[in-house]
Amino acid sequence: MYFGLSEEQTFFQDNVKKFLVDQAPLDVIRQITAEKNTSIQEEIRQGLTNLGLNALLIPEDYGGLGLDLLFAAAVSEGLGSGVAPIAFTGSYVMAPLAIMHGGSDVQKENYLTKISSNTVKFGVGLSEYIGAREDAELIINGNKVNGKALFVIDADDASHFILSDDQGTIFIVDADDSGLEIIELTSVDKTRSYVEILLNNVTAEILDNTVKNNNAIEKTIDAGRIMLAADSVGAAQVMIDKSVEYAKERKQFGRVIGSFQAVKHMCAEMTAELEPCYAIVWHAAHCFDYIPEEARLLACQSKSHISEVTKMVAKKATEVHGGMGFTDLLGLHYWFKRIGMNRQLLGSPELVRDEAGKIQGF
Amino acid sequence: MDLEYGKQYEDYRLEVQEFCKKYKGVQFNDTAKIPLASNNKSGGPVMARSDWQKILIENGYFARSIPKEYGGYGGDSDIIKSRITATEFSNQRIPGPMGGQGIDMLVPTLLELGTEEQKNKFIKPTLHGEMIWCQGYSEPNAGSDLASLQTKGELIDGKWIINGQKIWTSTAQYAQMMFCLVRTEPEASKHAGISYLLVPMDTPGLEIRPLVDMTLQAGFNEVFFTDVTIPGENIVGKRGEGWAVANATLGHERGSLANPNATMNRLNMLINRMKKETIDGKKLIEIPVYRDRLLKIQGKIMAFQSHALRILSSKLNPGQDVKIGKMIQKLVGTELRHELEGLGIDIMGELGTLYEDSPYLRDGGSWQFTYMYYLGLIIGGGTNQIQKNIISERGLGLPREPKVQGV
Ligand SMILES: Cc1cc2nc3c(=O)[nH]c(=O)nc-3n(C[C@H](O)[C@H](O)[C@H](O)COP(=O)(O)OP(=O)(O)OC[C@H]3O[C@@H](n4cnc5c(N)ncnc54)[C@H](O)[C@@H]3O)c2cc1C
Repeated sequence: MYFGLSEEQTFFQDNVKKFLVDQAPLDVIRQITAEKNTSIQEEIRQGLTNLGLNALLIPEDYGGLGLDLLFAAAVSEGLGSGVAPIAFTGSYVMAPLAIMHGGSDVQKENYLTKISSNTVKFGVGLSEYIGAREDAELIINGNKVNGKALFVIDADDASHFILSDDQGTIFIVDADDSGLEIIELTSVDKTRSYVEILLNNVTAEILDNTVKNNNAIEKTIDAGRIMLAADSVGAAQVMIDKSVEYAKERKQFGRVIGSFQAVKHMCAEMTAELEPCYAIVWHAAHCFDYIPEEARLLACQSKSHISEVTKMVAKKATEVHGGMGFTDLLGLHYWFKRIGMNRQLLGSPELVRDEAGKIQGF
Repeated sequence: MDLEYGKQYEDYRLEVQEFCKKYKGVQFNDTAKIPLASNNKSGGPVMARSDWQKILIENGYFARSIPKEYGGYGGDSDIIKSRITATEFSNQRIPGPMGGQGIDMLVPTLLELGTEEQKNKFIKPTLHGEMIWCQGYSEPNAGSDLASLQTKGELIDGKWIINGQKIWTSTAQYAQMMFCLVRTEPEASKHAGISYLLVPMDTPGLEIRPLVDMTLQAGFNEVFFTDVTIPGENIVGKRGEGWAVANATLGHERGSLANPNATMNRLNMLINRMKKETIDGKKLIEIPVYRDRLLKIQGKIMAFQSHALRILSSKLNPGQDVKIGKMIQKLVGTELRHELEGLGIDIMGELGTLYEDSPYLRDGGSWQFTYMYYLGLIIGGGTNQIQKNIISERGLGLPREPKVQGV
């Protein structure tokens, strides 16, 4: 029995973290978020692709690394810790899983190999299935789709999109389809953003096994939620580490602020609440692949619970830094906002808990 | 990640399940004296609590790794087996072994630091539930700052003579023995002047006054010492080493205060109650505001349970480091349980305030009782504020409190 990340998983995660520390320090993040699609961003994307992020979950038969979701969770934690300004959850976790679970053999062969070879890149929009805002909806008619999709993630330089209607039927559209219009949305988290997509008689390739079966979309969303939860854990840990470090240096009243109990207790509370979050998100990722009967509840509960804890951490860590925490200069807000966006993506805590209730038949 | 225990353990699980079937609904005819013992009325075998204890030891379900000559099972320590036993027992609602400060704290201390004679004399009756212990640490002026304790012990003619007062001593009124901290070296510095002594409760000069706690039970006591005289050999460790001896076992206590499996069982009880209980004819589980609170705490409890697996794993896999992970358990576990019990009250509203033998009482009033009981555990065993000091100082390396001059 062993509960935790394996040596290889830790090693891979460390590589991701190290890459981000070296190649995407705060001034680079700042630059990228100020001005999209710069060449630096492309270099970072390329570097992470070189590490194999795009092919992580894809079976070896389709040119991938064939790793499990816990591996991806370890990576996601690393990306969150470095507030990585790149696509991952949508493009390289949800998209391949949607195709693996919902696609026909031909579709798998076609798309999975192309994700592995980095010749297609998916943006993902399942918000209309999870909870439509603004009455957004997508209507499938034969192989044509009309309507709009809101909050599509990982859309930067996507060649294709994976979308679904409110019944959970998943389909693929080509980003170059002439009936497709992409509208950028500006979110508070500048490290990742989302778009709105308007579809006017766009040609859709429906994933065969998603028409009357919601297994694929549920798996896809579960995995996405686990990734976001892991991302938030990584981000929150950095906020705590920065707080502790700052508290050991900053002096007031002739002593370091870390010797004031109010500050110490904030640090202890953040740590005490975050520590079990590692365990639940790893557990959820493990069950996703190996213990399916426990997986759905764990996926929902890890997402909603971690959203609550990391929100608290984001607030307290900022407070530990005093006025400095509130500044753009220090940049702590990148982590704050990352956590804030993860919380709402793929269902806010209340929505996800409601789903957890339904899973249990409440 | 590998959550399988392996074939040999699945066999072991079957064996435990067999045992549980045999003793389903076991009842005790002497529970009155044991606080918080379960009141099982489902018609299984009837026996004394201490006989049950012996059955558990014979089967290796308790005191597994403690040598036979000290009254244990004499097997190898096997954390996975212990866990399987605990899980199956709690699933089948089979009462576990007796716990208490003697078993949880004194026995590990003696095993580690006791003399051969002490081990022979005390461990067996303690394990078998025949010798109950209480912990005499806190004093009226020494709570969180335990090392400032003043109860005095003098070695005169080879005997310890003790004078002073202890307070908050749980179960002192039922106990045969007390392990206590006493100042024996008044000239030494605060921490170096303390010794760890073992005191028979029927020694002349020792007076016990029960203190009623907020649950309206006498959960703890004041204990007064007037020239209480005990044999010189009733000391664990050397003179002045009592602080280190006591610290060896504080960890055992903290680990045992907040069992995630017990919390999960209570959560399941709460879910069942919410499926039955109605307001305006509507089941509570169907009312979104209540349901959201339930699901919110379920998430926390699940995280805490997963965390326990991680801690378990670190014991099985040397080298897996979860240092700070252990430090948070008392804080998180006791707060969580208290919150859960409070939710049990909230969902029942006025019904949740009924107590003792009131009509309409639910679950024997256990939600109210345990809600208060856990507030006691939040304060006891090192308050949760002290836990935060420990996490931030020893875990995160933040500076210790500056010493105030002249206090
Ligand atoms: C149910 C229960 C059972 C108990 N059983 C036993 C027993 O069997 N044997 C035994 O010896 N003792 C027992 N105790 C005593 C227990 O260990 C003490 O109550 C506890 O250590 C706190 O000490 P105190 O009550 O003197 O509170 P105090 O130490 O006076 O604390 C009062 C408040 O001040 C805070 N405080 C104190 N110092 C600090 C600090 N440095 N930093 C921040 N905050 C601080 C505390 O957190 C608390 O909020 C029991 C207590 C309870 C509630």
